Amino acid sequence: MIVADRKSLEEILAMVQEKHKILIVGCRGCVTVCNVGGEKEVEILEASINLARKTSDQPIEIETVTIERQCDNEYVAQLKEGINTYDAVVSLACGVGPQFLSEAYPDQLFFPGVNTTFFGGAVSHGVWEERCQGCGTCIIHHFDGLCPVARCAKSLLHGPCGGSSDGLCEVSKETLCIWDMIVKKKMEQGRLNDLLTVMEAKDWRSARDGGPRRSIREELIP
Amino acid sequence: MDEYKSGSNLEKILRAGHFAFTGECGPPKGANVDHLKKKFAHLKGMVDAVNITDNQTAVVRMSSLAASHLLVHEGMEPNFQMVCRDRNRLAITSDILGAHALGIRNMLCLSGDHQSFGNHTQAKNVHDIDSMQLIRLVTNMRDKGRFMNDEEIDVPPRLFVGAACNPFADPFEYRVYRLANKITAGADFIQTQCIFNMEKFRTFMHQAVDMGLTEKCFILAGVTPMKNLGMANFMAKFVPGMDIPDALKKRLKGVEKAKQAEEGICFALEQIEEFKQMEGVAGVHLMAIEWEHKVPEIAERAGVLPRPKV
Ligand code: SF4
Ligand code: SF4
Repeated sequence: MIVADRKSLEEILAMVQEKHKILIVGCRGCVTVCNVGGEKEVEILEASINLARKTSDQPIEIETVTIERQCDNEYVAQLKEGINTYDAVVSLACGVGPQFLSEAYPDQLFFPGVNTTFFGGAVSHGVWEERCQGCGTCIIHHFDGLCPVARCAKSLLHGPCGGSSDGLCEVSKETLCIWDMIVKKKMEQGRLNDLLTVMEAKDWRSARDGGPRRSIREELIP
Repeated sequence: MDEYKSGSNLEKILRAGHFAFTGECGPPKGANVDHLKKKFAHLKGMVDAVNITDNQTAVVRMSSLAASHLLVHEGMEPNFQMVCRDRNRLAITSDILGAHALGIRNMLCLSGDHQSFGNHTQAKNVHDIDSMQLIRLVTNMRDKGRFMNDEEIDVPPRLFVGAACNPFADPFEYRVYRLANKITAGADFIQTQCIFNMEKFRTFMHQAVDMGLTEKCFILAGVTPMKNLGMANFMAKFVPGMDIPDALKKRLKGVEKAKQAEEGICFALEQIEEFKQMEGVAGVHLMAIEWEHKVPEIAERAGVLPRPKV
């Protein structure tokens, strides 16, 4: 799923500083699963903004709504009624949400309430980790299902680098060296030979480097 | 003997079977050419080639290409270092062509320390290709006269191509295989990370010899003389992939502060003596970090002077 972190209250307050009436829109997709932009978090943000504005003697009117998915125009259309009666709208969806909203309602201002971080999942309660960076050409079958593109700090296709130590990445003691994991798995399972080749340089055209991407499925186009 | 790959002094020395002795010099954090030239002067005649580091530890400095060129101007031979952290394949390729055009004949291919270690931690890291692919890229340019996209090169660059190897990074059992892979990719020579744990290095070299790697590639053992105990502690803590045994720290600690530098040099000299005898070691790469003026003394005491002419 797409993982995100809530923006700080200060940052959101600064965005809505001049506004008197706002809407906060949650999303029941990924951001609900990673506890950052679902119904519950929408309520928390509403209460926090209300309190802060009251304390600073600048009360604000806030309405809230949470839709199924902000990355889907079918659901985005549900917001049509009254969307332009607010001074601004804060979206708690991933970066996709406020953009679908902005495109659907060009007269309204949409602010991001979260920082979209990565594609990943929860590895334990309250801890999410990156697994993929959507490079557009998946090559993890070469690496026993582990992704060095997203998970090696240098995206090396031939690791581990000289900084790998005790299974940890040189960038931090909290980061596993994915190459340590790949190599150990290959060695344990007798597939070391897989690694003793020089891989072609990656073709980054399918990644963001080729420009914004688009997926077309002919069979689905009416 | 086959034709030289680049005809650099380092290549000639190694191919003639001499025990190579290379040095290192970090470009300035500024455009201070005078200071750089002073550092070069200490190394002149003392080493076969001088590694010119490329934004080492991700701290920004004068470009390694420019500094290598300045070294050529001083009548010395650079080993132009290039990291994959700061350049994509376009920049890498054009710098290689530029290096050849400026009279540079050795190049060392590196991934580069992560930018979080340096002084521009907010930078985007490139890593379009990695060090293994960089070795392949530059040797294909030289040997096949082709760019990475397979287009033909009008006058291919001729460089003697090196790679780094850190026998002390983990997992240890895999290190010799990664070395083998760099040789497969086309590395002509290898310079190792600074060696302090001799025990481990001996094991590593045994493996390399057993696998026949030392027949295919020249391995230069990395030596860094410790200036004092503080430096040992600092390196252990902040330089990625360093293995500094307690015994060495104890040895430095065992002498008074003013004599620690001498103790560090003595340890380095003992290492060099052992490397001269060690099977598969073709030379020493001396990294006297910000201590270039000590290189003449170390070279003299190590008995590697005068440097052979080939
Ligand atoms: S190779 Fe690309 S698509 Fe596959 S997991 Fe890694 S980043 Fe994602
Ligand atoms: S330590 Fe491992 S994960 Fe970190 S940059 Fe090096 S190879 Fe990649």
